[in-house]
Amino acid sequence: MLLFVVSIATFAIFFLVPRLAGMSADDLASRYVGKAANDQMIHEAAIRLGFNDPLVVQYGRFVKGIFVGVDRNYGPGIEHCPAPCLGYSYVTQNPVLPDLLDRLPITLSLALGAAVVWVVFGVSTGVLSALRRGSFFDRLSMGVALAGVSLPIFFTGIVSLAIFRDQLGLVGDVADWVPFSEDPLTWANNLILPWVTLAFLYAAGYARLTRAGMLETMSEDYIRTARAKGLPERMVVVKHGLRATLTPVMTMFGLDLGLLLGGAVLTESTFSLPGIGKYAVDAINNNDLPQVMGVTLTAAVFIILANLIVDLLYAVVDPRVRLT
Amino acid sequence: MSESPFLDVKDLKIHFSTDDGVVKSVDGLSFSLERGKTLGIVGESGSGKSVTSLGILGLHRGKSANVSGEIWLDGEDLVTASQEHVRRLRGRKMAMIFQDPLSSMHPFYSVGDQIIEAYRIHHKVSKSVARKHAIDMLGRVGIPEPKRRVDSYPHEFSGGMRQRAMIAMALSCDPELLIADEPTTALDVTVQAQILDLMRDLQREFNSALIIITHDLGVVAELSNDILVMYAGKCIEYGSAEDIFYRPEHPYTWGLLGSMPRLDREPTERLLPVKGTPPSLINVPSGCAFHPRCPYSDQTDGQSKAEIPALINTDPGHLVRCHLSRTQRRTLWENEVKPVLETQ
Amino acid sequence: MKIRSTASAVAITAALALVVSACGGGGSAKKTGGSGAEAPASQYNAGVTQVVNPSDKTGGTLHMGMPGDFDSVDPGDQYYGYAWNFSRLYTRALTMFKPVPGKEGLELVGDLAEGLGKASDGGKTWTYTLRKGIKFEDGTPVTSKDVKYAVARSLDKEILPSGPTYFNDWLDNGDYTGPYKMKDKLDSWKGIDTPDDQTVVFHLKKAYGGFDYFAMLPSTAPVPAAKDTGTKYKEHPVATGPYMFKAHELGKRIELVKNPNWDAATDPNRKQLNDSVEVLLGQNEDDLDQRLLSGKIDVKINSTGVGANARKTVLTDDKVKQYADSAPLDRTWFTNLNADVPPLDNVHCRKAVLYAADRSAIQGAYGGPDAGGEVALSLMPSKMTGYEKNDLYGVEANPGGDVNKAKEELKACGQPNGFSTTISFRVERAAEKQTAESLQQSLGRVGIKLEVKGFPQGDYFKLYAGKPDFAKKNGLGLMVYGWGADYPEGFGFFQQIVDSRVIRAAGNTNLGVKDPEIDKLVDQAAAEQDATKRNSIWASVDKKVMDDAFILPYVWAHGLFYRPPTLKNAFISQNFGMYEFLTLSTQ
Ligand SMILES: Nc1ncnc2c1ncn2[C@@H]1O[C@H](COP(=O)(O)OP(=O)(O)OP(=O)(O)O)[C@@H](O)[C@H]1O
Ligand code: SF4
Ligand SMILES: [Mg+2]
Repeated sequence: MLLFVVSIATFAIFFLVPRLAGMSADDLASRYVGKAANDQMIHEAAIRLGFNDPLVVQYGRFVKGIFVGVDRNYGPGIEHCPAPCLGYSYVTQNPVLPDLLDRLPITLSLALGAAVVWVVFGVSTGVLSALRRGSFFDRLSMGVALAGVSLPIFFTGIVSLAIFRDQLGLVGDVADWVPFSEDPLTWANNLILPWVTLAFLYAAGYARLTRAGMLETMSEDYIRTARAKGLPERMVVVKHGLRATLTPVMTMFGLDLGLLLGGAVLTESTFSLPGIGKYAVDAINNNDLPQVMGVTLTAAVFIILANLIVDLLYAVVDPRVRLT
Repeated sequence: MSESPFLDVKDLKIHFSTDDGVVKSVDGLSFSLERGKTLGIVGESGSGKSVTSLGILGLHRGKSANVSGEIWLDGEDLVTASQEHVRRLRGRKMAMIFQDPLSSMHPFYSVGDQIIEAYRIHHKVSKSVARKHAIDMLGRVGIPEPKRRVDSYPHEFSGGMRQRAMIAMALSCDPELLIADEPTTALDVTVQAQILDLMRDLQREFNSALIIITHDLGVVAELSNDILVMYAGKCIEYGSAEDIFYRPEHPYTWGLLGSMPRLDREPTERLLPVKGTPPSLINVPSGCAFHPRCPYSDQTDGQSKAEIPALINTDPGHLVRCHLSRTQRRTLWENEVKPVLETQ
Repeated sequence: MKIRSTASAVAITAALALVVSACGGGGSAKKTGGSGAEAPASQYNAGVTQVVNPSDKTGGTLHMGMPGDFDSVDPGDQYYGYAWNFSRLYTRALTMFKPVPGKEGLELVGDLAEGLGKASDGGKTWTYTLRKGIKFEDGTPVTSKDVKYAVARSLDKEILPSGPTYFNDWLDNGDYTGPYKMKDKLDSWKGIDTPDDQTVVFHLKKAYGGFDYFAMLPSTAPVPAAKDTGTKYKEHPVATGPYMFKAHELGKRIELVKNPNWDAATDPNRKQLNDSVEVLLGQNEDDLDQRLLSGKIDVKINSTGVGANARKTVLTDDKVKQYADSAPLDRTWFTNLNADVPPLDNVHCRKAVLYAADRSAIQGAYGGPDAGGEVALSLMPSKMTGYEKNDLYGVEANPGGDVNKAKEELKACGQPNGFSTTISFRVERAAEKQTAESLQQSLGRVGIKLEVKGFPQGDYFKLYAGKPDFAKKNGLGLMVYGWGADYPEGFGFFQQIVDSRVIRAAGNTNLGVKDPEIDKLVDQAAAEQDATKRNSIWASVDKKVMDDAFILPYVWAHGLFYRPPTLKNAFISQNFGMYEFLTLSTQ
């Protein structure tokens, strides 16, 4: 359902906004021809891309592609793009789905790796800050956290590249993407900087959220009970305090991860990682509707998935929301 | 009585430094208790009862809490002992039952798990042994079908059952000192009675020393050997249950007796309610902390306002903190207070 | 509370200081990279005139990086200079520019063909003879049929939309629309004849003297019909050059390796020094520049060189600048004067604008002499073949403008106190905005008041400046613009911007140069077969445009390029206005 709404909205924005600005089908098509194209060629392109059809028909074609697949003329012959087919890019003429699948591992590696880093660092910093409220550590980490949420990633990204790669030579050339399956070490070495930079942005929020949650939880009656039982402090904090704090953290995590899997736009651009986010930027810059649709749908799928998983986890963590 | 008592609290002070000033929650409290005996600590809200009990368990942490005095438990002073040592005693040698069982149990863990956890910290046993023990304990506190209920979560229990479970948890390591902080406040009257019966039975069975904390004298009436009445962090009357119920000598105790709810009386028709609001613990009223609310403060030649009364022996084992003379107190009780309390 | 916020403020400041000092550290470390007072290892602009670091050593990988992607690597579907430059690594067109530095690099020589074309029929027929022994990467010999097929397929702009349309416009195609739509009808096509396997004969609709330039287009590089996969051919174009595709991860990465079937004996212009060539696509431009400056990337693929941020480092740090070249491009930045908007219909009013403009201020807007370009004296860039100096407005002497002359012209125009009009520009382009504002100032000196108006660049030609109706209705008297040639010869530069017959209802590239005499000169030049004569006609077109004052040129564009010290055989191609890719190596 959500996917349906998302796809219609994307479609409508793409077609209605330029129409409202007074662009004709040919004007639209003129974006997808070479720089020497004449009116005749532009007109033909508009027909080929189906821009003259009513919006509903164009949308129908898109939906048909997903459920039945589409045929296209690639020159020497006709080719069938089997369902689920997200169509062909207006600009590069490449099929969209393989492009996305090709880029998915990169975004997955980036997002999941960063998620691990930011959860570990964010949550533990938050816990420590909460336990030592008012201490130097608390103030320092909360200050850094504030910097983390407010510094843009293209800034922290370029700066960290300059320091860790160019000056210190500690990490590899990020742009040389190597799949995990090929060489896990190089994979990690190349990704560590994007992970940390991206995680820095998020860890900050998690540290703050965890700290606030921990402060609240640690004053709960059941924490007092845990202590009264004679539990060592570490267990009180981790088993009783942290567990209860994790619920809001998980909610945020689900949202963040879902969005990120739809493309870590800035990070991928900054570090030249050819993932979904970079793809999305190019798609939008080029007004490439099939690519934009593909990216939006991927993002929507991931957001839905992530939320589903969070809901399930919720039930695991908090027995009160378990289905009866 | 050549040996020192099992629990001996001497001049206990627990002060908190806050942004607004020093909160003297407990200010020079002394009492003692033997195994198998029950002490009731009574006082209105904010008088420092919970702070006292948490203080005994060593649960005041952080820089803001300042604990001084002596707490001798079975021959060792808990105030000077290391935190780690006190932690090991907690749950095993001394345990606590809290006021609100819903908020005092972790919502994410099953009742059984929480009992098992309490047991296994102090006993190196396998999970299944601990589980058997937990089921056993649940049965002992009167939870039906303990085998099944052991896996339930706190929110799946009724209020009374939760309190039984709390008790099972507190008793799981067979503590020698059990502190029950308002164990029945959150429960309705019939359940209150059941829980109190249970506690009495269990205390007999385990022969532990029991401290029952309450703001309601009625709760401790039948259970306690001794009763300590607290006001603004200080003991104002301390004696046997008989002393407190039949020969009370402090005007505040009289007020408490007057506000005792009884099954045969509507709570609204309390006869001698304590008027006014509890005092601030930062700017404690001068002289007798009770003087702004005391109907007899004008009978002490202004001493009530000027001087903190000392805790004095009025009879052997019966201590009172009031400037009124012994005769005045006894006359007032016999002539003015007791008659009113008896005209039900 | 107060203490808390102060403490966190301190923490932030500390963090920022760390970051800032790290940036500073980056800069200084780079400076100390070369040691002390040694003589410079290289000279700024050395690569403009000579081969830097000549070397014949083989081996290694040439690392190329690109901020975006090619329009396509299919030789029949590309239009950008860097794409043409790049595709010669793996394909061979009929002719090519000599891969040598300096003016000689503007000369065409045979590549797939033995030599240049032979014209007959008054320039309507052009014949090329292929070299013997050239093979595709799989060992199949290349024949004239493969060239014919390659040109034929490039006609189909629906399947291959990106390339130029010269062959669509000039060949005698009749109804033929390419082999995809008209299957098995290649023989019916009159545009190209292949009398034998070594001979390719082009038939034109009308005479064109500069056809050898068309023969240089990558769409004449042979494509084996059996291996043509239409839109997917770019995944693996079949090689005839020294390198061939090993991998093409679309939008991400290209890897070229040695083509075992390339034979140096058939190719006097290329070498095969690198073991492989790797291109990283879609790189973050700032980071790419950073890696270029640190030598991790050997060459950047784009048309303007290092980006705005890196430019500062390059120009201010002599240790870095010595490895940079300011290369002239086939591009002029100019403003069109719209004769549809009075009083600019009067040539004197237009001349007043040309006299009053402060060109050196605009040069600054485009990045100054190194990164922006030289002050333009006329429309045609001075580096182009056939350029003749032509300084009608005394710009060389007065780059800041000649106010007195401007006032005289205003008087002659009947507007002694000046007039008011509107100037349009593309909002996304900061340099164009500054240009409009600068003109507002310098023209204001003689009473010409400008209202400055920006339009989105995506629709600048379709809906605004390039739409004569709109421009007229909205009084766009001046329109900021710029143009680059497809190849450094008059036709490729002028035809689209000064021929009045290309003006249509919308989407124009000629924003209002309308002079029948110019049209006549364009036709003459196109048909002229004698290169010297042809060049002098283009020079007179340049003069005529300036005399008509339809265009106010101000900057002959330059790009600022960087060659890491480790890069071998590097020089600026006069033709492409960037490093010649064919010769680059690293050993
Ligand atoms: N950690 C603390 N810091 C500062 N003040 C405290 C702290 N803990 C308790 N107090 C204060 O000490 C006083 C006594 O609190 P305590 O909880 O002992 O009251 P109580 O007698 O148990 O009352 P109730 O019947 O409401 O439970 C209260 O005024 C309370 O605000
Ligand atoms: S000392 Fe005074 S004020 Fe205090 S209880 Fe006794 S009579 Fe009342
Ligand atoms: Mg309490």
